[in-house]
Amino acid sequence: MLNVDGVPTLDDVMRNFPSEERLIKGFVAVHECYQDIPCNPCVESCPVHAISMEKLTTPPVIDFNKCTGCGNCVASCPGLAIFLLSLKNGSAQVTIPYEMMDVPEKGEKVDGLDRYGRKVCEADVARVVKLPSLDKTSRTTLVTLEIPRELLPVVRSFRRR
Amino acid sequence: MIFTDVMVIGGGPAGMNAALTAAESGAQVLLVDKFQKLGGQLVKQTHKFFGWADRGAGTRGFNLAKQLAAQVNAHPNIKTLLGYEVIGGYPDQTYLAASWEDHVKISAKKAVICTGAAERMILFENNDLPGVMGAGAVQTLMNEYGVLPGESFLIVGSGNVGVILAYQLLQAGAHVDAVIDVLPKLGGAYWVHAAKVQRLGVPLLLRRTVLGVYGTEHVEEAVTAEVGENMEPVAGTEMHHKVDVVALAVGLMPLTDLFQMLQVRTEYIPELGGFVPWHDELGHTTNPNVYVAGDAGGIEEATTASLGGSIAGLVAAKELGFPVDENRIQEYLRALSSFRESSLSKKVLEGIERMRGDSNA
Ligand SMILES: Cc1cc2nc3c(=O)[nH]c(=O)nc-3n(C[C@H](O)[C@H](O)[C@H](O)COP(=O)(O)OP(=O)(O)OC[C@H]3O[C@@H](n4cnc5c(N)ncnc54)[C@H](O)[C@@H]3O)c2cc1C
Ligand code: SF4
Ligand code: SF4
Repeated sequence: MLNVDGVPTLDDVMRNFPSEERLIKGFVAVHECYQDIPCNPCVESCPVHAISMEKLTTPPVIDFNKCTGCGNCVASCPGLAIFLLSLKNGSAQVTIPYEMMDVPEKGEKVDGLDRYGRKVCEADVARVVKLPSLDKTSRTTLVTLEIPRELLPVVRSFRRR
Repeated sequence: MIFTDVMVIGGGPAGMNAALTAAESGAQVLLVDKFQKLGGQLVKQTHKFFGWADRGAGTRGFNLAKQLAAQVNAHPNIKTLLGYEVIGGYPDQTYLAASWEDHVKISAKKAVICTGAAERMILFENNDLPGVMGAGAVQTLMNEYGVLPGESFLIVGSGNVGVILAYQLLQAGAHVDAVIDVLPKLGGAYWVHAAKVQRLGVPLLLRRTVLGVYGTEHVEEAVTAEVGENMEPVAGTEMHHKVDVVALAVGLMPLTDLFQMLQVRTEYIPELGGFVPWHDELGHTTNPNVYVAGDAGGIEEATTASLGGSIAGLVAAKELGFPVDENRIQEYLRALSSFRESSLSKKVLEGIERMRGDSNA
């Protein structure tokens, strides 16, 4: 629970979730940033201005219809709190920012984990890219997993076998 | 003897910004740090920083340090003295700085003290056994010297420092057994930081304290237990953790020795980390030639330290008679207050109010 351990519940997540209609069109950014922290790199990193913020200390708001799913905000968020989701072509995919050394390879099978690191499924690594973070001094690896459709709101981490 | 207009003690984000704004105003600045490298706490931080994108948020800590240090080194009015610790300050505005080999005397019209903070310790059985260390020490060994001081870690304290350390340890390939905290909920870490560690499988164990660590020559095991309402360990709830390092991230306290030597009044303000030098929003202390900025004046974070440093540097230069644009000071002050609008700053603001209030009494 957010105010106990900082981890959102499924209810928290579903309160602000893209529609199926939007997800079918392809990747869209969702954030899990609920606290009024003074932070705004997500807003600054979005090339199409899909992320807004009332003021520095309010949580961001993503306009799912403007978002093109480019992933810049995912790579720039210091909280690693933004993910991309897609249901395009009937396949459920989640893109996760990954800062560990053992980067998986495309095609690899990994364990899909929930928000507490518990295994909930097997997943296929569909894509691995590196995107520059906001300041361009470093890059962040984004790993896209193909997962069971019903777990689209659940899988937010993975473990290599 | 080195003569300078402004001496800045401490080369973290507060000190580097203070040196820059004082120098930009025309003052001759000497920036002293006891380490060989500028950057303070930033040097150890491999994660991307929070805060304003235009004040470096989204940039990794060590890169922020590099960018600031490059500006400092490029400025003709700033001289740096690295590897020297300021160990004495005297009423005639002279100071003594010592390295391992020698010492120098410094005469400075104004001093801006940005010495940061020291880590707290806690009591438990065998807490002097090798393997018990401060979170900062683990970070320094790991991120500056490339040495991982153990294989399996128990982290005590779930503030940002403990949680970020857990994350950095995972990145370095270590095992993190758990992060524990005596509190019934997260001890101050940003939710997003706590969530990113837990999703990698590190348990956060709340209401739990360390009873002791055991091992023949170094830590081989740590024992923790749940605490009851009265904070006393509850029998029968013990857990045995097979770890070789217990890292303490139980809080920071400002370093106040220099202030005391310089006759600056200090106040005990728990919300700011313990004893702090009394200061106003411009960084004035009760000694007209001594200013403070950053964690040395109260534990906060890098953006507020940077802003505080920029302000103190301008104010010191202005009070030496250099032309300073008053609007710049106001701008930094406005930025500081909008940053502190977050509910997370409530405690700090209460502390500041109490510190200032105390002086009027
Ligand atoms: C694990 C961790 C994670 C953090 N993450 C974030 C984050 O994500 N975002 C954020 O904004 N902040 C973060 N912070 C906090 C931030 O790093 C500090 O608040 C900030 O560095 C304080 O700046 P400062 O200049 O006051 O002090 P410091 O950075 O501590 O610098 C003080 C300097 O003074 C020097 N010094 C001390 N005494 C003397 C002396 N007598 N003579 C000479 N030199 C001396 C020291 O060597 C040091 O270089 C984090 C801190 C830690 C420990
Ligand atoms: S994914 Fe790209 S377009 Fe969508 S919100 Fe993030 S930065 Fe903007
Ligand atoms: S960058 Fe990340 S942590 Fe910062 S406000 Fe945006 S979503 Fe939240």
